[in-house]
Amino acid sequence: MLSEDLTVMAQKRREEEQSFSQQILVCVAAGCISAGSLELLRAIKETISGKGLQHVQVKGVGCMGPCDNGPVIRVEPHAVVYRGLRPFHIQAHLEAILNGDSLNDPAITYIPTRACQVENASTASLITFLTRQHRIVLENSGIIDPEDLADYLARDGYSALYRVLFELSPNEVIEWVTQSGLRGRGGAGYPTGLKWRTVAKAGGGTKFVVCNADEGDPGAFMDRSVLESDPHRVIEGMCIASYAVGAHEGFVYIRAEYPLAIERLQKAIRQAERAGLLGKGILGSRHDFHLEIRYGAGAYVCGEETALLASIEGKRGQPRPKPPYPAERGLWGASTLINNVETFANIPVIFRKGPEALSSIGTQTSKGTKVFALTGCIRNSGLIEVPMGITLREIVFEMGGGVPTGQFKAVQTGGPSGGAIPAQYLDMPVDYESLAQLGSIMGSGGMIVMDSSASMVEVAKFFMDFSVSESCGKCVPCRVGTVHLCNLLNRFLARQASYEDLNRLEWLCDLIKNTSLCGLGQSAPNPVLSALRYFRPEFEALIGG
Amino acid sequence: MERLQDQQEDLRWKAVQREMARYGNAPHALIQVLHVIQNTYGYLSREYMARVAKSMRVSLSRVYGVATFYHHFKLTPMGRNTCTVCTGTACFIKGGEGILRAVEAEYGIQVGQSTPDRSLTLLTARCLGACSLAPVAVVNNQVLPNLTLESLKAHLREVTKDAQ
Repeated sequence: MLSEDLTVMAQKRREEEQSFSQQILVCVAAGCISAGSLELLRAIKETISGKGLQHVQVKGVGCMGPCDNGPVIRVEPHAVVYRGLRPFHIQAHLEAILNGDSLNDPAITYIPTRACQVENASTASLITFLTRQHRIVLENSGIIDPEDLADYLARDGYSALYRVLFELSPNEVIEWVTQSGLRGRGGAGYPTGLKWRTVAKAGGGTKFVVCNADEGDPGAFMDRSVLESDPHRVIEGMCIASYAVGAHEGFVYIRAEYPLAIERLQKAIRQAERAGLLGKGILGSRHDFHLEIRYGAGAYVCGEETALLASIEGKRGQPRPKPPYPAERGLWGASTLINNVETFANIPVIFRKGPEALSSIGTQTSKGTKVFALTGCIRNSGLIEVPMGITLREIVFEMGGGVPTGQFKAVQTGGPSGGAIPAQYLDMPVDYESLAQLGSIMGSGGMIVMDSSASMVEVAKFFMDFSVSESCGKCVPCRVGTVHLCNLLNRFLARQASYEDLNRLEWLCDLIKNTSLCGLGQSAPNPVLSALRYFRPEFEALIGG
Repeated sequence: MERLQDQQEDLRWKAVQREMARYGNAPHALIQVLHVIQNTYGYLSREYMARVAKSMRVSLSRVYGVATFYHHFKLTPMGRNTCTVCTGTACFIKGGEGILRAVEAEYGIQVGQSTPDRSLTLLTARCLGACSLAPVAVVNNQVLPNLTLESLKAHLREVTKDAQ
């Protein structure tokens, strides 16, 4: 239970929702907005009110997942999803849409998610895409209005915070997080409970909680989507963390390339402050927590935690050696807890449903779910949340619907720090250890599918170009080594490479991996190494004179 | 006319001062302040960097060091229109690279440059996070999804024509 007025607010919203017998939910996350969802939302609202249909609620909501061919809308209670509707469709088709019927228009995707027997294979795979998911982090995405606190409260929002503040000691909070088995979702997979414990134990006065929303991996948009669809969830998670570790100030470090996520988060912070969910004496307890936003300015290396801290301090985002870890010495020398957006977004559910909500899902070592951005040469691309331990085959072929050209070649995980996984390993479970064993990493959740037209040498070169431009220049192996790797790859692409170059490539990768200062440099050679491991003949074929 | 410009100039600089004041002119707010300057003036001129250094009591070399470290900050004025082509992985796989090269050839400029008449500046982004809609570009804050070379060229012709 929350304080009285918030409980009333939640109750009122639930009653309001119940007064409608039908809902049309229109995605207003960045992807669908670029496809014209705001115009569509307006057209639907106007038509509904023009016809005086008071039993129909029309609402802008966050991301529903199947982002290609937007805008995406969902009609309840039929649980039918339409994609590709334009404002001019509405007048003519409103009745069919409200009935959840197919519109028989090839430009519009019709996905009846509850249908048992579907003949059309592509519709069937889209249904699998939507129904095979296990939504924890995204449980409110596509359901609530991201700009309305009451909507979040009506779905038990902030009840986890209330429970934490009034029923649990900081120590118990950390114990619950540990029991849930949650590991960092930013890529490295460090146990979250352990990290919290270290910060909680650190002596000294001031401490900070920092949320890493500098989603710099090309091909990844999970954090953007969470912040655009359910920003209060991240605030609640951070607030719980601040109570557990004893911090009273926090920052969300978010990349400037995500203006809509920034706007929604800013709005959510202001709403939370006004409702007494942030600031002094939260919900009438004795816990204070102030939250501010800091913008990134386009530097991939700022995803590395020490570089991120330097950037919050207004400096060039260059990493420093660890230890000391930020948990011991972070922002302005104070003990600092840094977690990723998705990690914080997992927290509230632990305290609403208990640690088993996560620990009962997944594999021995990787618990809970993971959000992936599935893109590239794939039929159904978009955002999915799946239980850990699901196989790559299920993701790519059952949910993703396979490769349009029919010839799957590899799936790239972990962005410029990860590697490409070839077809023979499609049955490997997706968890931290299995992916590392294959020479890739879980990463933040980008999953890019490549078909047979992709040259793995070119892909390796693409990632190397990225690392050259994003290397901060502080340590020599990364600054100079990545340039040499690029030059070597260019020799292959120009068919001027020799066998000696192949050896040199491996030697140099090994050197950069083992001697670079930070995670960016240490993982920069991964795309080249994985290409060499699985697609060596492609390099050999390019060896010329 | 000149007075009007002065007044506008005053207003714009006031926005920058407000941002500095919000953080008590503390040096840690440097990046936030540079964002405001770029949003207000379109780029970071030497003059404004010097003014900020003085107001925030940090060295000009520190301001310049930060401004040049981050890709987002521009040190030269932009054209009347900007086209930012995404070079993320999904866009790369779906042919974004080819589109970028073709725009370069069409307008005779390279990434980071503007056309001589300042009607268009060409930029790239590491990833816009709209990977399901790849390849994408942003023209004057409007995201253009599922691009083809023809659709981007047509859109650019349209906006650069308007500007004249």
